[in-house]
Amino acid sequence: MANILELVNISKSFDNELILDELNLEIRENTFMTLLGPSGCGKTTTLRIIGGFTRQDSGQVLFQGKDITELPPNKRQFNTVFQKYALFPHMNVGENIAYGLKISGKSKSYIDSKIEYALKLVNMDGYRNRAVSALSGGQQQRIAIARAIVNEPKVLLLDEPLGALDLKLRQELQYELIRLKNELGITFIYVTHDQEEALTMSDTVVVMNQGYIQQMGSPENIYNEPENAFVATFIGDSNIIDSLMLRDRLVQICGTAFPCVDEGFGINRPVDVVIRPEDVILDEPGRGQLDGVVTHLVFQGVHYEMEVMAGGFEWLVQSTQIQPVGKEVSLRVDPENIQIMSKPASEDEEAMVIDA
Amino acid sequence: MRKRRLLTTPYLAFILCGTVIPLLAILYYALVDKNGSFTLSNLASVADPVHLKALGLSLLLAFFCTLICLLLALPLGLMLRKNGDKNRNMVIFLLILPMWMNFLLRTIAWKILLQRTGVINTLLGSLGLGRLDIINTPGAVVLGMVYDFLPFMILPIYNVMVKIDNSLVEAAYDLGASPAKVIRDVLLPLSVPGIISGITMTFVPAMTSFAISEILGGGNIYLIGNIIEGEFLRGGSRNVGAGLSMVMMIFILISMALLNKFDKNGEGTVV
Repeated sequence: MANILELVNISKSFDNELILDELNLEIRENTFMTLLGPSGCGKTTTLRIIGGFTRQDSGQVLFQGKDITELPPNKRQFNTVFQKYALFPHMNVGENIAYGLKISGKSKSYIDSKIEYALKLVNMDGYRNRAVSALSGGQQQRIAIARAIVNEPKVLLLDEPLGALDLKLRQELQYELIRLKNELGITFIYVTHDQEEALTMSDTVVVMNQGYIQQMGSPENIYNEPENAFVATFIGDSNIIDSLMLRDRLVQICGTAFPCVDEGFGINRPVDVVIRPEDVILDEPGRGQLDGVVTHLVFQGVHYEMEVMAGGFEWLVQSTQIQPVGKEVSLRVDPENIQIMSKPASEDEEAMVIDA
Repeated sequence: MRKRRLLTTPYLAFILCGTVIPLLAILYYALVDKNGSFTLSNLASVADPVHLKALGLSLLLAFFCTLICLLLALPLGLMLRKNGDKNRNMVIFLLILPMWMNFLLRTIAWKILLQRTGVINTLLGSLGLGRLDIINTPGAVVLGMVYDFLPFMILPIYNVMVKIDNSLVEAAYDLGASPAKVIRDVLLPLSVPGIISGITMTFVPAMTSFAISEILGGGNIYLIGNIIEGEFLRGGSRNVGAGLSMVMMIFILISMALLNKFDKNGEGTVV
């Protein structure tokens, strides 16, 4: 698969504050790529630079190998779905969807069939003559998606499109976006701060922080093998523990040696260990690797969340088995669930570009 | 509940004394003759050729004044939209500043500027550019009206335009619209409430003004306002003056009603 888009050394500052620093990103054709990060990490700025709404200070945007830096948004073959829908309030649903096609001078019959097709695609059949103001938030966002895709863009840009919707609707629309992407066969670039959304929908997740790409990879890769503490804490809950890599395949956590699967960190090197709370298994005292006491217990629906004091560290544990507060337990972690990360040498390095 | 109703009393009193009673008085004078007996001749006096001509000229000048104000205010509103808050407020402040001076003084100042031997002509003459001969013409009156009423067109249009969500502009741009089409398809339609409001607030005072035409028209230009003023203050019949006022009010109400039909939401409705 070829790269449809390439960002080359993109830098951008606002009011002397560096938002993006020499960002490089390659986006393959026909993928669902998500830019994920906390607010202010530069993800929206990156999307706006791709769309042409914001001009980068330096660097190039390449579309199918050609530099499109000078092209205004109306000349780029992309369409955008905005966070707050941005439907034209003085036009009805059909007129909103038709707008891009009218601008490009399509025939009336073509526009008609496209509107009907797009309304079906977003499950809004029969809403053609409704006023925009009569629609709910979720319906408005469906229309905004329809308005973008009727123009058959090469790339669809989505700027936190589900951010303003409630959880149930958000999940519903997540599945619809995946279906749409598969049906349309176009590239989606999706911006969100919601890690669950990113993991659910994406082929590729790009985790960003402070204008740098922290990690890029498949959702499984990002979740199971975070490359630094930022990614580990931002994606899901995790225990990050100061540890010592004794030798290949053996790490000392909280004073106890745990077998692991990582190699090549050297001998007796300090490292960070990431262990997901659902990977910590609780057992009767003495039967696991490290003994401790349950200190907190919260019921969270699908599981219980507990905190276990063991080896001087408060372990976050998620399990469907309840262990009451005060109970002595023993915890155990399978070797493949222990993720080893090199310690950052400095704060600067923590924010550095890490290539996937 | 009763206490709250009490709070409305000053406003009700104002409406009663300031609007209802004077209107009824005008209505009364319009419908009676000098001796106090009922007649429709005051209303019918609008058909008098002199009055008709004044009404026609008033309409024409008010139309041009409104049109020029609109053509000046729309680009300004579009430009101010793109500017930051700081610049924006400064420009608006400078535009409104002249309004802090008495409007008669401002109009008299224009008379002095435009006179045959006034500042502008002296300047043009010394540059060898001939003379600007517009004092005492309808052109000078329109100029004075535009100068006096322009802020009333700018403010409502500006207020509506700066509030248009920028993501709508970006969405249109994103869908392939050129900057000109973004203005035509998004910015102007969404500014309609402000435009209607601006037209109302410019057209009505221009239509009814008499001071500007008197000062800059040199007593040669009779607008309907001048006729009514003459009837009331210069030995005419106050009944005829009231009759003409009534007719003009009905006229303005009808034109405003027509105008407001364009404004579906009624957000910019003033009259």
